Amino acid sequence: MKLPASQFNLFVQRYQPVERGKLVAWIALRTTLVLGFCFVILFPLFLRLSVAFRSKADIYDPTVLWIPRHFTWDNIRLAIQSIDYPTALWHTVLIACGTTLIQLVSCSLAAYAFARLKFKGSGLLFALVVFTIVVPPQTIMIPVYMTYRYFDLFGLVPLLTSHKSFNLIDTFWPFFISSGTAMGLKNGLYIYIFRQFFRGVPKELEEAALVDGSGLIRTFARIVAPNALPAFITVALFSFVWQWNDSYYVSLFLSRVKVLSTELMGMGMNLKDPDPIYQLMLLNTGVFLMMIPLLILYIFVQRHFVESVERTGITG
Amino acid sequence: MAKKQLSLEEKKAWTGVLFATPLIIGLILLFILPLVQSLRYSFSSIQLKEGGFSVVYEGFSNYTSLFTTNPDYPRKLTESVVNMVVNVPIIIIFSLFAAMLLNQKFRGRAFARAVFFLPVILTSSAIAGISISFFVGGMTMGGAGGGAGAGQESVMKSVELKKLLLDSGLAPSIVGYLTGAVDRIYDIISASGVQILIFLAGLQSISTSLYEASKIEGATGYEIFWKVTFPMMTPLILTNVVYSIIDSFSMSAVNELINQAAFSLFDFGLSAAMSWVFFLVVAVILSVSVGLISRKVFYYD
Repeated sequence: MKLPASQFNLFVQRYQPVERGKLVAWIALRTTLVLGFCFVILFPLFLRLSVAFRSKADIYDPTVLWIPRHFTWDNIRLAIQSIDYPTALWHTVLIACGTTLIQLVSCSLAAYAFARLKFKGSGLLFALVVFTIVVPPQTIMIPVYMTYRYFDLFGLVPLLTSHKSFNLIDTFWPFFISSGTAMGLKNGLYIYIFRQFFRGVPKELEEAALVDGSGLIRTFARIVAPNALPAFITVALFSFVWQWNDSYYVSLFLSRVKVLSTELMGMGMNLKDPDPIYQLMLLNTGVFLMMIPLLILYIFVQRHFVESVERTGITG
Repeated sequence: MAKKQLSLEEKKAWTGVLFATPLIIGLILLFILPLVQSLRYSFSSIQLKEGGFSVVYEGFSNYTSLFTTNPDYPRKLTESVVNMVVNVPIIIIFSLFAAMLLNQKFRGRAFARAVFFLPVILTSSAIAGISISFFVGGMTMGGAGGGAGAGQESVMKSVELKKLLLDSGLAPSIVGYLTGAVDRIYDIISASGVQILIFLAGLQSISTSLYEASKIEGATGYEIFWKVTFPMMTPLILTNVVYSIIDSFSMSAVNELINQAAFSLFDFGLSAAMSWVFFLVVAVILSVSVGLISRKVFYYD
């Protein structure tokens, strides 16, 4: 009687079956959950991909599950035509790249001032920046629209030239001016991210550079900015992607210039095919076309992005 | 020596001003002035003229008309508030859970992370209007199709879950809330990308010595979560609640009404009044929730 019990105890002590069982169960649960969530996220994407290449005949064919039976480029061709893809893509790329670069400069400079180069009133100024995150853009939409509609360079144009004001609507200037003054899309958030990060860069590094005779501007450009690369990557990705997907500011400032997001919203009206399901299929293809450049970008950037999460310093 | 120190400080301050100049210009001309102007517009009616516009003071008429004669505004506003109240807790809990999952070491973690952040990239208001599930629904109506199977399946699952929970004696309102969350799982996942990112960064900043100490003291995983991880996460919960509330309101249907009033009806005064009421509602909700949560927030240092 005694022997098996002691053996059992020994067995438990040596192999710890309960702990192991728990671990295995947890791993199984975790794998299921992670796979499940990944499935939920990826499913619509794959469905879009599959639908984009289906021909009209495949819509009503119940046996077509994933791989189209009648593989066709027709949807893509039609979608490209109806949203004028090359032009819209070019404009979108221009706006997104331009604003991203400008915002990186303007937001990081301001954030560095808040983090390290404190001056009288910088605290109040930062509070105002946080306030800009809270105020919905709709609240200041009309005056901002008016500012760009009757743009007089903040009162300078009438003094210098004979023009009273310029109409900047339907040009890219509103985006670039907003970004340059760090008032573009979600720029308050970017300043916040940068500031948190710059505060984490060791002070000794900057002091050493200063002692060695580097000016403040050069210290920022050569020492601080390279050390803050993860923050730059994070903000660059956010700002590019959000600008790309934005339809609010785009529809506000550009009514005649073709941009992907607004073209996509108006696409339904351009389609002449009477079949509503086929229309949906084309719309879906349009969405797919808009996503593809972002997906390709993400494949290249995600490694930096996912790794840099550890060091983004988003945390307070 | 002391003089030199001072001059460096001064130099720093002036460089700071220089660095912040674009922001200061932007804040004044593209934020504060528009804010004041928009407040003024909301009390006026605006007529477009050649080469400009004129503003006529009208008192509170824009505001009163919002709540007395406008058929959509009060309804849409309450709808978006209710949506926010329903969604934000789910998003916070889900993103904390997902961040804890992604923080563990397992094979394929990099891939899983890349997939979880994918919705940050793919959510767009333009795309949201043409969601693929709509397409699946269309195919179901068409009578056939591969996607339809998946659509029906998810409906089935939720029904089963509902029955299960109801049988186990939970209150129907809670069950409805939970199954509603399960049904909208894609929306919730796609709304919580940034939050997962923030939580993940926070989880990685918790020092391992805290975990080691509590393990040596004999704490179970459950206790470690509630006594170490959760308190350390509370500042980020605050951040994330604020972010989620703002994010949820930025997709509200009220925005459409505001745009409509401005650019279809050309009633800029009404539109400004709408946006101010909206802003005040957001501000009140934000300050109430920040006030409630910040009492419980724990700061380690």
